[in-house]
Amino acid sequence: MTAFTAILLRDLRLAYAGGRAWLPLVFFLLVATLFPFAVGPDGPLLARTGGGALWMAALLAALLPIDRLIAPDREAGVLDQHAVRGISEETVALAKIAAHWLSFGPPLMLAALPAAALLRLEGATLVRLELGLAIGTPGLAALALTTAALTAGLSGAGALAGLLMLPLAVPVLIFGAGALGDDGMGALKLLAAASLLLLAIAPFATGAAIRAGRS
Amino acid sequence: MTGPNGTGKSSLLRLAAGLLRAAAGEIEHFGGTALAAEQAALDSDATLADALGFWARLDGVGQAEVERALDAMALAPLAPVPVRLLSTGQRKRATLARVIAGRAAIWLLDEPGNGLDTASLERLSAAMTAHRAGGGIILTATHQPLGLDDARQIALT
Repeated sequence: MTAFTAILLRDLRLAYAGGRAWLPLVFFLLVATLFPFAVGPDGPLLARTGGGALWMAALLAALLPIDRLIAPDREAGVLDQHAVRGISEETVALAKIAAHWLSFGPPLMLAALPAAALLRLEGATLVRLELGLAIGTPGLAALALTTAALTAGLSGAGALAGLLMLPLAVPVLIFGAGALGDDGMGALKLLAAASLLLLAIAPFATGAAIRAGRS
Repeated sequence: MTGPNGTGKSSLLRLAAGLLRAAAGEIEHFGGTALAAEQAALDSDATLADALGFWARLDGVGQAEVERALDAMALAPLAPVPVRLLSTGQRKRATLARVIAGRAAIWLLDEPGNGLDTASLERLSAAMTAHRAGGGIILTATHQPLGLDDARQIALT
């Protein structure tokens, strides 16, 4: 078993066994349930704004478990033990990004089905939402992990993480919500580009942050 | 390595482990390295056997090595117990079991005797003696005798 697979499986087990994986899902569904109460039972208005609200919920759902992504492993010496074994911080970061995405991305895509019904999204909009979530949530996972590594060990890390991550996630949010329209193919391509860029940068930025935190 | 607190024993071990970068000089490793530091690096919600099994997979050794290490540290009966329920001394022994199971040539042990009772200290001493007899190398920072009278002592001041 490679180091990548071993770390990925361990993080997934911790996420699901610890119940951490359910938090984003519950949060996402709560937003979908509460949003109609705030906007009112206006079907066309819900259908027009609901997709954007779900994208906002997805962004915040990615942020929810951020204090559990790096800090506990740093404090427990797990990251040091990886380094002692010659496992690069970038490999650790990549495995953790994959595990974080698997713990919230696919569950969110499943939860989007009842959420879309609650928000009266049309079938075509739901398809574009699912496609957008499939493309955009890996980028959000990458961004969440880098933010977690940058803020691990700092006091008030949770609030700081939000302040750091939310502005950086704006392109994903704009293109994700933009892809919900009938002419959303261009926005979907830009969403893919933004997500790929985050995925390409995150392992190196996270690795550098882990190393900096060690010294 | 012996010496008062704050003289750099733990830092030297972290340097040897490659966790810190030396300001000057070079460190060369001839063989795999295992580190037992203050942190156990064991998942608190996992059973002791599973927590050690994770590191064994990364070290490329089988479950048999984990069982051998658990026996060496008299932890076999605690294998199905979650790590969070272990006492301080048991957790320390579990940390040492992780090092033993890894089969690394070089052991870096930071205060390995801390929190151990007399019987556990004897088991630690036996494990260290067996490792050296098998050609292994141990660099340890300690405040207490570990039954290694023929070991080379480095006093940091």
